Amino acid sequence: MAGENLIKLKIDNVYKEYTGRNGKTVALNGVSLDIKENEFICVVGPSGCGKSTLLNIIAGLLEPTSGDVYLDGKKIEGTGVERGVVFQGYALFPWRTVLKNVMFGLEIKKVPKAEAEKIARKYIKAVGLEGFENSYPKELSGGMRQRVAIARAYAVNPEVLLLDEPFGALDAQTRVQLQTELLNTWEHEKKTCFFITHDVDEAIILAQRVIIMSARPGRIKKIVDIDIPYPRTQATKSDPRFLELKTEIWNEVYQEFLEVRK
Amino acid sequence: MVKKKKGQRISNKVWLLISLCAALVVWYLLSIGEQSGRSFPFIDKVVPAVGTMIDRGVFWKDISSSLTCVALGFGLGFITSLPIAFLMAWYTPVQKIIEPWINFIRNIPALGYAPLIVLCFGIGQKPAVILIWICTFMTMSITIYQGIKNIDTTLLKAAKVLGANDLQIFIKVICPATVPFIITAVRLGLSAGLTTLLAAESTGAQAGIGMRIRSLSNSFDSAPMLMYIILLGIIGLILVKVVDIIERKLTGWQEKI
Repeated sequence: MAGENLIKLKIDNVYKEYTGRNGKTVALNGVSLDIKENEFICVVGPSGCGKSTLLNIIAGLLEPTSGDVYLDGKKIEGTGVERGVVFQGYALFPWRTVLKNVMFGLEIKKVPKAEAEKIARKYIKAVGLEGFENSYPKELSGGMRQRVAIARAYAVNPEVLLLDEPFGALDAQTRVQLQTELLNTWEHEKKTCFFITHDVDEAIILAQRVIIMSARPGRIKKIVDIDIPYPRTQATKSDPRFLELKTEIWNEVYQEFLEVRK
Repeated sequence: MVKKKKGQRISNKVWLLISLCAALVVWYLLSIGEQSGRSFPFIDKVVPAVGTMIDRGVFWKDISSSLTCVALGFGLGFITSLPIAFLMAWYTPVQKIIEPWINFIRNIPALGYAPLIVLCFGIGQKPAVILIWICTFMTMSITIYQGIKNIDTTLLKAAKVLGANDLQIFIKVICPATVPFIITAVRLGLSAGLTTLLAAESTGAQAGIGMRIRSLSNSFDSAPMLMYIILLGIIGLILVKVVDIIERKLTGWQEKI
């Protein structure tokens, strides 16, 4: 296994502007960040701070106006299976069953069917959806759908997992449950995680480092190391250190929120 | 499941029966009216009209001629609307040029330009088929095009980040995602086809349900005329049912709102 301190993802002075009806809007203004192998990063910030734009650039779904992103020292161009994405809206294929959804990436990879099914079943089991292999997305709750999406992302074995507010649309209980599951999976099968959220609690529970972004134009305001050891549980939320970090991050984010409201 | 509303305790079949009986009552009332009775003879006169028309040797010919026209016109409309809809969705210039034409022509009743088509293509089934083709094509191409446009773009992104190339995205995402819209288009297209049938057979047709209704109206023969009109409705219902079955088979995965 590679060393813990190897830089997996290097975001180098990424600048992104959109040309809209009202002229140019700068979404990201020179964002630079080094993400280590197997690191769990959470990005928080008010809406419009460009966090989703940044994720889309790392995923290769958007091109930066200037600046580059490197994966293992190699400049990324377009999408790649080594970078998996979990979207907020689940983005499951409604005409495919759970099993077929999870198998999608493997089908594209031309993995033999029997093997693809084996891999898919393994991840369906890992996210606790055994018995739902033949259900269609419409038959599942939001939490279950997002589990399928996570299993689907895991199935192609990406090196980096990009999660765009994956639990944003879920109720509080389901969200907590999925956070715990995601942490468990991550501790089992380490991956570099880049997780966007607007929930400060969620960020602290999950991340090793929390990136606070400021809005208009989007840039990194502050990086906070979360020095609470894993495994973290819901009990961690009453840890004094947790509360300290929460106050610190929350104040920063709230300031930005007020800034945007002006 | 939501709580059952009033009236849901009675099964749908029973409701259908009640609806049919009510229709018969309305029909009967119409048939005994002094004025309306001339146009709406009751069922006891309409049903035997089937026999009369069979005896005259036109009944089956009319049905088969009309169904052939609709099937051919609709078939051509379907085959041509698919690629055009995809082209419009894919290449903006194609859409920018073609869509206004379709929207313009679509609003003109087919009866209006039917004579032009007859003038072009002569009499018989050919102009009817072409007219139905035009109408079904316009309805279906616009419907399918709008469907493709409405495909959830995150599905395309999801496929892309899972490694799919453009061709794979087309086959594995865009095509299945379009199926529900294609079925809606088929539904609208069939109904447009039947509606156009009357216009299509209005000039120069030798047989057909639409042609027969016109010729019977010239001789004030209302019983067979009403029979043909009801026949048109029954054919429409059967087609709708067939589409329903296909829909359930193909798009059972769809979320119903």
